[in-house]
Amino acid sequence: MTLENFIFLLYILVLASYCGFELISKVPPTLHTPLMSASNAISGITIVGAILCVREGEISKYLGMLALVLATINVVGGYAVTDRMLQMFKKKKA
Amino acid sequence: MNILVQLTYLISAVLFIVGIKKLNRTQEARQGNTLSSVAMLLAILATITYVEALTLPEILACIVIGGAIGLIWARKVEMTQMPEMVAIFNGFGGAASFLVAMSDYWTRAVEQPDLSTDLVTLISILLSVLIGGVTFTGSLAAYGKLSGKISGNAIVFGGQHLLNLVLLIVTIVCGVMVSLEIDLVTAMLVLAAISLVLGVLVVIPIGGADMPVVISLLNSYSGMAACTTGFVLNNSVLIVTGALVGASGIILTQIMCKAMNRSLVSVLLGGFGATSGAAAAAGGGSEMVIKEVGVEEAAMIFDSASSVIVVPGYGMAVAQAQHVVREMMDLLEKKGVNVRFAIHPVAGRMPGHMNVLLAESNVPYDKLIEMEEINDDFSNTDVVLVVGANDVVNPAARTNPASPIFGMPILNADKARTVIVSKRSMAAGYAGIENELFGYDNCLMLFGDAKSTLTKMVGELKEM
Repeated sequence: MTLENFIFLLYILVLASYCGFELISKVPPTLHTPLMSASNAISGITIVGAILCVREGEISKYLGMLALVLATINVVGGYAVTDRMLQMFKKKKA
Repeated sequence: MNILVQLTYLISAVLFIVGIKKLNRTQEARQGNTLSSVAMLLAILATITYVEALTLPEILACIVIGGAIGLIWARKVEMTQMPEMVAIFNGFGGAASFLVAMSDYWTRAVEQPDLSTDLVTLISILLSVLIGGVTFTGSLAAYGKLSGKISGNAIVFGGQHLLNLVLLIVTIVCGVMVSLEIDLVTAMLVLAAISLVLGVLVVIPIGGADMPVVISLLNSYSGMAACTTGFVLNNSVLIVTGALVGASGIILTQIMCKAMNRSLVSVLLGGFGATSGAAAAAGGGSEMVIKEVGVEEAAMIFDSASSVIVVPGYGMAVAQAQHVVREMMDLLEKKGVNVRFAIHPVAGRMPGHMNVLLAESNVPYDKLIEMEEINDDFSNTDVVLVVGANDVVNPAARTNPASPIFGMPILNADKARTVIVSKRSMAAGYAGIENELFGYDNCLMLFGDAKSTLTKMVGELKEM
């Protein structure tokens, strides 16, 4: 990675963090548990990393595949349970 | 990398952000979650087209296995167990980052040593292994504590902080060695092993009451781990999403700390249970005069009230009393009583946990009022029902500087005309301290298992 590239990624990190702080501080406390399980699912984006990290060689491949399984549990389980929870939030029948 | 893949990543990053934005409104939250999962799918599909060494069947096999496990788990889990589930999934996320970084390292150091590796990438690998490892085992320890597989109390031993410090120094030394000379595989393995040990060591001294802070913090770590993995692989979508998760975890951690009036540092140093135990023992001499109330009398008090606030705590969920509480709400509302729920930020065992538990038993979410909004209303409320909550209504937090919870924001339940506390016995709350409220003139104790006493009370109410 060139230094220029690194600075570029750093920009992304800083701007995305700022964006995250702005958005998430507005989430109402009622939704904090779904927020947490959803962000949990999002952190399973490592799936992408797991697919990309494998190039050649045995050990690195098995490590990557194990990472892929774990990250998928994280993603699928996280989204599914968040959906299950959000489904339960109902407004009072008028 | 292919320009199409990059553009897909961009779209998916935007969808992730829009998805989180929709979580700001309860009506749109579900849609937001769906958008976010579409974003994830796009990112994965784009990556698969770019893949080098893994074959498509191998990828699919992994995804099917992981997906099935995740789906079954998500369907089966009880809402009371959400904290454990979030904790262990967090751990999987951390483990994935740890493994990805180890895999990348192994490629660079052992399997393809001619691959040139610059310092930035190498440092990112080290950080990814460290943060991922700590997140993994830390989350497992938190899972163990939350699910009762290991003691929920603070586990402290002499020289704990010294041991952590020594381990941290060894980690740094190993890290520097590897970043100077990538071939030092032993140093790398030592670093990886220590990161796993550190994860356990930093979580075990933290007491049960502080667990909401810990899971929020671990949530944030899993995001940071994804971020560092993004730096390892020079991948922007990992960085964007990792940053979003990291920010979310940090905000929730701050909210939880504030709600318990604890600094993050003191939570992390641990041992809250130990200190408050001593304080409780010292103050154990004072005898409170409490007033008991029977089921019929309690039902009559509710029947003649015009406004009721329910203060639920985790004890309510343990007793499985939330459904009967909702039934009581319906009944009272039919009689024209205004019933609302006052939710303390740390009611339950993770941020927002109580809201989910009540939503599950069909309490409409507009009945659930946050502490700041409802606290001034207690003084003109006829009856407050405290179910399974204790420390969050202890006036000592306002009045007694010697109390370990002094300064913690509480619900002003004591200001209501009558307070009825449904409680199994006089045992102390999570923080292990006596509750002054129980001795107040306007406080009546309704002893017994919350579910059975409240069910009886609902029966009485029906006949009135």
